[in-house]
Amino acid sequence: MTDARASDGGPAPERIRVTVNGRLCELDVVPHALLLDVLRDRLDLKGAKRSCDAQVCGACTVLVDGLAVSACTYLAVEADSRSVLTVEGLAEDARLHPIQQAFVDHGAIQCGFCTSGMLLTAKALLDDEPAPRRQDVLDHLRGSLCRCTGYRKIVEAILAVARTRP
Amino acid sequence: MSARPLRVVGHPVERVDAIEKVTGRARYVTDLVLPGMAFAKVLRAPHPHARVVRVDVTRARGRAGVFAALAGADLTWCEPYFGPAFRDRPVLAIDVARYEGEPVAAVAAVDELAAAEALELIEVDYEPLPAALTLDEALRPGAPLVHAGEPLAGHFADLSTLRPERGTNVCHRFAYARGDVTATLGTAYLVVEDTFHFPRVQHYAMEPNAAVAAWDETGGLTVWAGTQNPYSVRVELAKMFGVPLAGIRIIVPHLGGGFGSKTYAKLEPLAAVLARAAGRPVRVAASAAEAFQTVRRCGARVNVRVGLARDGALLAVDCHADYDVGAYADIGPRVVQKATYTATGPYRVPHVSLQARAVYTNTTPGGAFRGFGVPQLAWALESLLDVAAERLDRDPVDLRRQNLLAHGEDFAPGDTPIDGKLEESLSRAAEAIGWTQPAAVDRGRGVAAMLKASVAPSVSEAIVRLHADGSASVLVSTVEMGQGARTALAQIAAEVLALPLARVTVTPPDTAITPYDQTTSSSRSTTVTGRAVQEAAADVRDQLQRIVADHLGVSPRDLVLDEGAVVAAGRRLGYPEVLALRFGMTGGELIGRGVVAPGRTRAPLGGSTPFWEMAVGAAEVSLDEETGAVTVERYVSVADVGRAVNPLILEGQDEGAVVQGLGHTLLEEMTYGDGHLLNGSLLAYRVPRAEDVPAVLECRFVENGDGSGPFGAKGAGEGSLIPVSPAVANALARLSGIRLRELPLLPERVWRALRARGPR
Repeated sequence: MTDARASDGGPAPERIRVTVNGRLCELDVVPHALLLDVLRDRLDLKGAKRSCDAQVCGACTVLVDGLAVSACTYLAVEADSRSVLTVEGLAEDARLHPIQQAFVDHGAIQCGFCTSGMLLTAKALLDDEPAPRRQDVLDHLRGSLCRCTGYRKIVEAILAVARTRP
Repeated sequence: MSARPLRVVGHPVERVDAIEKVTGRARYVTDLVLPGMAFAKVLRAPHPHARVVRVDVTRARGRAGVFAALAGADLTWCEPYFGPAFRDRPVLAIDVARYEGEPVAAVAAVDELAAAEALELIEVDYEPLPAALTLDEALRPGAPLVHAGEPLAGHFADLSTLRPERGTNVCHRFAYARGDVTATLGTAYLVVEDTFHFPRVQHYAMEPNAAVAAWDETGGLTVWAGTQNPYSVRVELAKMFGVPLAGIRIIVPHLGGGFGSKTYAKLEPLAAVLARAAGRPVRVAASAAEAFQTVRRCGARVNVRVGLARDGALLAVDCHADYDVGAYADIGPRVVQKATYTATGPYRVPHVSLQARAVYTNTTPGGAFRGFGVPQLAWALESLLDVAAERLDRDPVDLRRQNLLAHGEDFAPGDTPIDGKLEESLSRAAEAIGWTQPAAVDRGRGVAAMLKASVAPSVSEAIVRLHADGSASVLVSTVEMGQGARTALAQIAAEVLALPLARVTVTPPDTAITPYDQTTSSSRSTTVTGRAVQEAAADVRDQLQRIVADHLGVSPRDLVLDEGAVVAAGRRLGYPEVLALRFGMTGGELIGRGVVAPGRTRAPLGGSTPFWEMAVGAAEVSLDEETGAVTVERYVSVADVGRAVNPLILEGQDEGAVVQGLGHTLLEEMTYGDGHLLNGSLLAYRVPRAEDVPAVLECRFVENGDGSGPFGAKGAGEGSLIPVSPAVANALARLSGIRLRELPLLPERVWRALRARGPR
């Protein structure tokens, strides 16, 4: 829990302006505040999950200006003047994003703890490379762990989105 | 009902929790925020074994923002020990810290930063003691004793008479025998023997263990817990605090994976004592690194001797297994007992002597992990069967087929007869991997099989409520941890009540509301809890039929349920109409009860397994002889599941099981050096990634509708993990001529074995 409260003698908060899921937010955050904590504890966006704390597992992945980052090791102040997309911003008007729909249809979900990060990692890949080869997907998922599914259905879901895109 | 085609069960329907999970709305323990909630941090022992001479939390307690700071000595107002087999684990170390990472003191503060800063103000004086880090170190004469005194009994009646062996590190000893092994091995045509090692590995459920505890004004305790066993946690807390069971409420939201790491109490006792001391709700959330210090799989050393007749018939198995259960028993004695009982796998063996010890070491406690002790034994037996096949010049598939237990055959006197067709699984796996066709010159193939019992006896209860609008609630305490239990149980209720799946809601576990369920583990939920749900739904169905039968003056037997209505010749009454008939208004509900409680039997472990979990794995591997790197190119798993309630979910579960099995087969091992865990974080501990999955991974199912669960289903989800290691090692042996006895099959180990083999 890192919040705006400066601990004894700690550094003073800084004002940041960050667009989160299309909404501009002004927040005072201490310089060491992690983006993950600000999203989860200040903005109540609980979709990004904390797991490894070390930029290995991808459960906390969000997009900053379209690039996938590990929010557990990304300073909130670095998101100043940038645009952040979390899993809560993926669906539009209650219509699932095609990647979300593909995860549902392919049974690519089990416990759900990796799902948010997987979806955003997949979005970053498909935005950059709309027709990835299987190997591209595997390479791209190096920073996204899942302990339940065995990955096969996740990879299939991502490839299926690529195939159905115009 | 059974004659009609199934509408919901057996179909790959969408998970009931799919939408909440892809939209980020699914809630886990650490997503919950209670008013006034404090956040805990834990100070952990830096030594594998040390006397805790002094703990001073005074300065931490006085720091601004701190609500409570506790050491073990402060816990005088409750029973400070817990544990399901033996209550040998203190909430916070008392006098002695028995493993590196053991909680010694804890702080609850206004936020995690304040709590972490307060930890630095706690003073602890340790006096390091000699430590036993391995089985060898723990079993040698004069070994340092992990526990000097005798622990209290845990909460299992059948384990309550057990005690560790005084003056040793043997926490529990199990033996099972029938026939005459010594004489049989003395006269067998072939005896093969070897010793195999299985590593200590970490579950790494992606959601680390977490709990939020809050005491209320009546003295009651509520814990929101990431647990697979809300009812076991309730018993532990009731004992610790002298509160009636009814005064303790355990609520379980979604779990971010379990795999056994969330069975029995873990952090709940600590959250509860901190909440009492802080006078407010307290959250204890482990980091992934702290999960390595909470529980792990029991490592094992397994010596097996197998005697065979000249024609390949298995005659005798003599097995001695030592399991490393770490510093506290947890459920280790049960792991050892249950797994060792089935050490002979799915084979007909007339003479057996199976012995095992659970051994304390100064390491992270070992407990339940998918497979519950069976992977360790199957690694040994299934490897050795291939050695025997080679010595007898027999095909490994044929040798296994010859010895498989048949459908309906006794596994052991008094236990459930074999309830599946193992030969069908074996044949299908062999066919799918192309066993009878030659492999490419740079590929090798191997097979392995498994058999596992589920926990017995066990109890599940269910309540089904049919509401005035014709929708239904299923109340069960089965935990959704990713396996799809909520979906499967909803499917079962929807099938019996002839409702669309969307009209059925499965309530998350809450011990104040949802009825007793022993555990979400042992692959039992679909079979055992599923049967309770089926029975409760059938109870509601019978009530519906009786109401309509009375109303129409017909026999209930002439009525069927069809798409939310009770149908008789020419008449169709929707459930809302039926309820209005019953209650005379739009209100009231029909309540159905289901209870599965088979009780104790003459079976060797005291209860007959509700089903046998059985699976066969077939692997095709390649090998880089220069580096020793093994690649699993193709893997086929065939599991006998009776009936797949949801084929899509089941396939996903088994794919995950295979890949988790590949973890301890090729990559994973908790490595200790100089008394310390060297790779206790995800930076250093390598679990399978997407790129590690075999290019071809097929999970298939044998479905003969012969399971004891609803609609002929039986348990699945653990079985497919178990053959992975021996199937891969057998494939490697057939490809390269090297036989590894130690997991994981790291490139370095393989390379050394290749060097020892020499050029071919």
